[in-house]
Amino acid sequence: MGLREKLELLGVSRRDFLKFCTAVSATLALPPALAPKVAEALEDDNRPAVIWLEFQSCSGDSESLLRSGRPKAADLVLDVISLDYAEVLMAAAGHQAEQAKHDSMEKNKGKYVLIVEGSIPVDDDGVYCCIAGDTAENQLKKAAAGAAMVIAVGNCASFGGIPAAYPNPTGAKGVADLVKGVPVVNLPGCPMNCDNLTALIVHYLIFGTLPALDNQLRPKFAHGKRIHDNCERRGHFDAGQYVEKWGDEGHRQGWCLYKMGCKGPQTWHNCPTIRWNDGVSWPVMAGHGCVGCSEPGFIDTMSPFYRRLPEVPGFGVESSATSVGLKLVGVATAFFAVHGVVSIIRNRGTVKRVEEEYYEKDEKK
Amino acid sequence: MADRIVVDPITRIEGHLRIEAKVENGVITDAWSSSTMFRGIEKILRGRDPRDAWYITQRFCGVCTTVHSIASIRAVENAVGMKVPFNAEMIRNVIMGMQYVQDHMVHFYHLHALDWVDIVSALSADPAKTAALQQSISDWKYSSEDYFKGVQDRLAAFAKTGRLGPFGNAYWGHPAYKLPPEANLMAASHYLQALEVQKEIIKVHAILGSKNPHPQTFLTGGMSIPCDPNSQNAINADKIAMIMECNKLAREFVEKVYVPDIIAVAPFYLDWASIGKTSGNYLCYGEFPDGREGYPNNLWLPAGIIKNGDLSTVHPVDQTKITEDVVHSWYEDTGPLHPWQGETERKYTGPKPPYEYLDVEQKYSFVKSPRYEDEPMEVGPLARMLVAYASGQKEVQDAVNYVLTTLGVGPEVLFSTLGRTAARAVETLVVSQKMEEWLMALAANIGSGDYAIQDNSKWEPETWPVQAQGYGWHEAPRGALGHWIVIQNKEIKNYQAVVPTTWNAAPRDDKGVRSPYEEALIGTPIADPEKPLEILRTIHSYDPCLACAVHVYDDKNELKSKVQIL
Repeated sequence: MGLREKLELLGVSRRDFLKFCTAVSATLALPPALAPKVAEALEDDNRPAVIWLEFQSCSGDSESLLRSGRPKAADLVLDVISLDYAEVLMAAAGHQAEQAKHDSMEKNKGKYVLIVEGSIPVDDDGVYCCIAGDTAENQLKKAAAGAAMVIAVGNCASFGGIPAAYPNPTGAKGVADLVKGVPVVNLPGCPMNCDNLTALIVHYLIFGTLPALDNQLRPKFAHGKRIHDNCERRGHFDAGQYVEKWGDEGHRQGWCLYKMGCKGPQTWHNCPTIRWNDGVSWPVMAGHGCVGCSEPGFIDTMSPFYRRLPEVPGFGVESSATSVGLKLVGVATAFFAVHGVVSIIRNRGTVKRVEEEYYEKDEKK
Repeated sequence: MADRIVVDPITRIEGHLRIEAKVENGVITDAWSSSTMFRGIEKILRGRDPRDAWYITQRFCGVCTTVHSIASIRAVENAVGMKVPFNAEMIRNVIMGMQYVQDHMVHFYHLHALDWVDIVSALSADPAKTAALQQSISDWKYSSEDYFKGVQDRLAAFAKTGRLGPFGNAYWGHPAYKLPPEANLMAASHYLQALEVQKEIIKVHAILGSKNPHPQTFLTGGMSIPCDPNSQNAINADKIAMIMECNKLAREFVEKVYVPDIIAVAPFYLDWASIGKTSGNYLCYGEFPDGREGYPNNLWLPAGIIKNGDLSTVHPVDQTKITEDVVHSWYEDTGPLHPWQGETERKYTGPKPPYEYLDVEQKYSFVKSPRYEDEPMEVGPLARMLVAYASGQKEVQDAVNYVLTTLGVGPEVLFSTLGRTAARAVETLVVSQKMEEWLMALAANIGSGDYAIQDNSKWEPETWPVQAQGYGWHEAPRGALGHWIVIQNKEIKNYQAVVPTTWNAAPRDDKGVRSPYEEALIGTPIADPEKPLEILRTIHSYDPCLACAVHVYDDKNELKSKVQIL
């Protein structure tokens, strides 16, 4: 029985189903005309086996999965993927759970999708995260070996996240630092936005390939533009209208949060366009600046959160939107490297490394 | 060690928990609780801006995703003397209240229910009888025969694929499952409905907090979501109406589904009202400031301690009586110490992975053992409900009495696995009924022209004393949570947290006394040591949150904490 028939049983009309497919197409930035193709891919009873491993995590990404709105969480788990191992949801525990994982990995060798949540500690032979008596690193390497691709969800699995923040007490690393020979896709964010995960899975189902990635292995459909580029408050930035104090007139009127520490100009994420929780809101909309949770080196490169970024050209000037806007697009990354995060935070080895490895490379590119 | 069974990973929880248990003649005679992951977040906090701590500590846990933020901002507010505006206090109450309701709902239906509900058995149910059962317990809208037939067909189609995903290789058909197929089908339907309902009601966190998981509008001294009835970028009538709709749905589901389910299922599992007992000590810090004086005044759920199951006396909480012990934890030995004098040096001495068993005679967990007057304490919804019940809190007394009377049992059944699960439902009920009041108090205050959301006078660290220290408490859904902070030169000098699961999941103390998880497992029957479903029942009744519990770490010789309660 295909997905379509199952949905019919539940009273989901063809029209609703196509509406969902159109929404997925939108997240993927596909033309609406492709919606029928999305539908076709989903209708095959060809659910990819998914193994979801959790390491040094807070389970925030697993919770994010449960907030999935398109498709709804129940449909996602029952109809779109075969979630063969996921500690937060699965009924089996202990060796039964490990057996289920083992069986799925054997049966779907070379075809299953491995999703990883949480960083992997490598100090002291990996004793800081053990599951079923074995280390996270061993668990990851075993599972990655037979996977078609690995999706690192959340900033911790993507780049090490908070556990890897200075002084990185456990030697925490992201997936791409440890997995070689298998394609890795990073879906950072704290947590990852589930709409980006479902869009990625649907992309894989339709096209049988991975979407275009940036040099941080993030899908361009989700991380191809800065928060600042699509921010609903961009007009206020350009017009020099800034929140000065929490709860002041500007704050209540939705002015720009740049002076309150917003990291939108340095953050590549689609929060302003897809928002969160079925599109209800996102941090800037709710009056708090972006903290840059989708970037490598987060949190060291983004804190203190309430300290404004170094001088941005045009800032504080009642100049025309166009000139500031044009200047900013060109220099946002450059000022990051030149003025440097080092000037806004304590000078730490991690930060320097991140700067050199990621941002300067990014800029040169 | 053939008689020792190991369950690792314990699934359907937050984090990494391992249980080892000794089974003799079909009964657990000893048990060890171990956490096998840690990150060292308290160490990471040092030297950072105290105003950032709420965001970082929020990442202790993504399930109870607001609770460390609340404890953290209260700790800073306490340290530097910020006064939180009434609007922010009420916004926090609404956020915390919805966290209780959504978190408890997800716990019951998605993390706990499969310990009691056999999904496979639902396939053989008669949908007409299921409809009759549903109609007999409440007037919930999804109660027709056609509806249940549809769910059953969906489950059957799913089972027919032979790929059961998260339901694969579980304990279906286990003799400890007692529900008739019709009740299993009803519960399976509610599992699917709750998955949808929790996602809808948590939109309150998106409206007030920008997103969930990990809402992002907390501030030391207030909140960053503005209030202004004449702006489209602030809390206005439209947003209040949206929250009301979420509250309404939450309350309806709790009143018509969650609580009736507990009452319908409990009679089949009354033997679990005498399984899962602990020493009878319960600790609650109190929560929900319910007046204009602000936290910690006029707490709607009162603070207190119950000792030895004696509901006739509620003892006051005195934080100076809290100590933490590391005799069985992977840290350098120090003897029992006050949390703000703790000297913690990580010292993993467990077996080299991969391993089969832990050496439980020695150190065996990354969780420390907190004690109150040298006694273990259970924390969580049961502790809160017992303290409130014994303190004469009217809403709680009425709700507890309603459930007990309906089931025809006395309050003694509360001290058990079943009691823990029922207390969580009772709490969800009273909180879901209360949220509207806080929202209306917020609306009325905004209506009076008060738009303040933040204590701006203390926002800049330049206004703080060079040295400051404080603490912040919060009753998280899983129980009593405390953060302690020392601030020096505008930076975090030291940070400590003692969290609910630390109390509950701890290993033994220096006297060999078991902590709640370990104690509660003693005497639990195990029908099939290969399928230890019964262990999951009791452990899940606590709603474990292990990433929260393990976060303490400090470099050798670095920590010389001198936190003092102000």
